[in-house]
Amino acid sequence: MGKLDGKAALISGAARGQGEAEARLFAREGAAVMLADVLDEDGERVANSIADTGGRASYVHLDVADESGWAAAVERTVAEFGGLDVLVNNAGILLVKPIEETTLEEYQRVIQINQVGVFLGMREAIKPMREAGGGCIINTSSTAGLHGNAGLNAYAASKFAVRGMTKVAAHELGQYGIRVNSVHPGPIDTPMIRPPDGGPPGGGLTRRIPIPRAGEAEEVAKLMLFIAADATYSTGAEFVLDGGLTSGTPLQG
Amino acid sequence: MGKLDGKVALVSGGARGQGEAEARLFAREGAAVMLGDVLDEDGMRVAESINDTGGQAAYAHLDVADQSAWAETVAKTVEEFGKLDILLNNAGIARFKRIEDSTLQEYLEVIKINQVGVWLGMRSVVQPMREAGGGCIVNTSSIAGLAGYAGLGAYVASKFAVRGMTKTAAAEFAPYNIRVNSVHPGPIDTPMIRDPSLFTRDDGDVSFDGPIPRLGTADEVAKMMLFIVADATYSTGSEFTIDGGITAIQGASQPRR
Repeated sequence: MGKLDGKAALISGAARGQGEAEARLFAREGAAVMLADVLDEDGERVANSIADTGGRASYVHLDVADESGWAAAVERTVAEFGGLDVLVNNAGILLVKPIEETTLEEYQRVIQINQVGVFLGMREAIKPMREAGGGCIINTSSTAGLHGNAGLNAYAASKFAVRGMTKVAAHELGQYGIRVNSVHPGPIDTPMIRPPDGGPPGGGLTRRIPIPRAGEAEEVAKLMLFIAADATYSTGAEFVLDGGLTSGTPLQG
Repeated sequence: MGKLDGKVALVSGGARGQGEAEARLFAREGAAVMLGDVLDEDGMRVAESINDTGGQAAYAHLDVADQSAWAETVAKTVEEFGKLDILLNNAGIARFKRIEDSTLQEYLEVIKINQVGVWLGMRSVVQPMREAGGGCIVNTSSIAGLAGYAGLGAYVASKFAVRGMTKTAAAEFAPYNIRVNSVHPGPIDTPMIRDPSLFTRDDGDVSFDGPIPRLGTADEVAKMMLFIVADATYSTGSEFTIDGGITAIQGASQPRR
């Protein structure tokens, strides 16, 4: 008896990192999972590995900035699994660069993937979710959607936008029984934040927070599962898992 | 195999409403539960009913505004169940009164229970949680800890204070491996919200205009508490909102009166 038995989920950016952990956990809890990503080899490997261990999963190539790509991914999910109940907008990229050194192209690339990608995903998921009588959309924002960090201008813009769009969507889609929430991870140990020099994930930051380590992708996946399966009276809400990063600033040290 | 096997929890305000639902769910998940409340008859009945259905529970009279009562309740919990891992600061009251009509005494009554009660609770459990090697505290704030509501001046003050104290405690208790988070329920179908002096409309209904157009249930709050305690291992100082979407949009909903 899984918490997501009979549900169909679409997860963007599922080939690795948080998306992979979410796909694996959702499949273990009984969902049929469509993994979407631009990393075809990794994505197919994860989907196969889920299927090999008794789960139900497929992979579809999806560039989240591409409108027609979304339509095709949603269509394929419905065709293969008979519907779409849960969308996890997880795909995202990080750019660390001061504003004055950032080109417009660099800025817009982050916005296209992190922000427009979420907009397109939500918009495409509405119809099948309405047909299913309801659904759940979870948008991956970030602690960078709650406060500012130097060097994260485009990233913070996109993540604040995700936080805002989530609330609007919650109000627009409540009438269809669709809940929409945002998740705000702090430093999570995934390829996105591992320094190329092999240092600790998130750098020195994690030493100074109340839970002094990077979070794990599995911890994010458990939060996603809770929201999808049990948070039935939460919509437009922000779920933070950041080791206490945003809860305050140390007065000393 | 419960999610809280071997854990010991203290739930203030456990005699009814959200606290009762939390106590029952935590017991079903394997925790030994101490229910604290001032409603002795109701509290003992809930504890007995948990014990009758295979759970482990006891009741302690606890006025959360009373410092020595906290010390006694925590001591009784450790004595009966061997330790203390989880504190749910759930007890609270609501009084509908506009600021200009409130006496200082009325204001302080709410502050003492909702705010000082949470502070005392947190302070009282640090020692046993340190001895247990860690723990989890969940403080019940409210959507009134996120926004203001006319007529709820004292309640809003107390719930904002809980939200702030939670973050401070998260930072202070982190070295002891104690996580501290706040929960922010909107209108939940409990005796508090059915209090005719509060949110009830002229036609007797309680209604809010959130995207999820109904009251939440105490069981939904209990499930959130369980998630925070059992699975939210990288969240501390965080706010968990369960309000049917009410606070997501500015001005979307206020109590009808």
